[in-house]
Amino acid sequence: MALDQSFVGRTYPPTVPYEVGREKIREFAEAVGDDNPAYTDPAAATALGHPEVIAPPTFVFAITFAAAGQVVEDPQLGLDYSRVVHGDQRFAYSRPVRAGDRLRVTSTIEAIKSLAGNDILDIRGEVHDEAGEHVVTAWTKLVARAAEGA
Amino acid sequence: MTAKITYDEVEVGTELPAGSFPVTRATLVRYAGASGDFNPIHWNERFAREVGLPDVIAHGMFTMAEAIRVVTDWAGDPGAVVEYGVRFTKPVVVPDDETGALIEVSAKVGAKLDDRRVRVDLTAMSAGQKVLGMSRAVVQLA
Repeated sequence: MALDQSFVGRTYPPTVPYEVGREKIREFAEAVGDDNPAYTDPAAATALGHPEVIAPPTFVFAITFAAAGQVVEDPQLGLDYSRVVHGDQRFAYSRPVRAGDRLRVTSTIEAIKSLAGNDILDIRGEVHDEAGEHVVTAWTKLVARAAEGA
Repeated sequence: MTAKITYDEVEVGTELPAGSFPVTRATLVRYAGASGDFNPIHWNERFAREVGLPDVIAHGMFTMAEAIRVVTDWAGDPGAVVEYGVRFTKPVVVPDDETGALIEVSAKVGAKLDDRRVRVDLTAMSAGQKVLGMSRAVVQLA
């Protein structure tokens, strides 16, 4: 069933802050096999001009996607999450995420489309730090595949 | 931000050193834990087949994380990446054996932009298929 177009433009309340920890960044960098010292060694990060160790570019997705849960699980929207696949992902950074950040995400539904029975949902997550400064924007396209026989 | 590559030394078409990234079932379990994405299509073969997949597949975000390493290793400072986007075109299928799958990433400078930035166009292949489309990063060079 096509999703309700009136949800386009809807913005959800900012999430409670997520505190980025050095060891969480290390765990993520190890999981993707990336030994860039900027992720684990404060001195190496400082040498590059960062005040703290920074996170790999896609690290923030865990935070923005959790925030997008507000949209995905909104019973009024009625998305069938069991049929959802990740279509596109994009990030635009004002600065890298770094250890010690306390990040809040504000999610907005940018677009809802229906194509060949598939529901396509574009969600924008604006990520700000504790000072209210913009850190990164994440755009996530989710595709809910048409149910068989629908 | 202090990229080790200068804007003046690159041209449209300049190739970045390519990268090859192996992925096994163990890699996916580890990535699931680190990223918090526990969707069973990434570790449970029975479940993956039930939802119509050929086998367990890698997290799209894992592939996205591997592909950008070609850019961050080249630039030196990962903070030099100011934009990064991909389309997930085909899944990376990861069989239950010692070798798993291989993600092969190549990249070249697609455009020189204002403010000493460049657009890097990435190609990610696995088992002969293009697994990322429209894969582009904007990088702040020195």
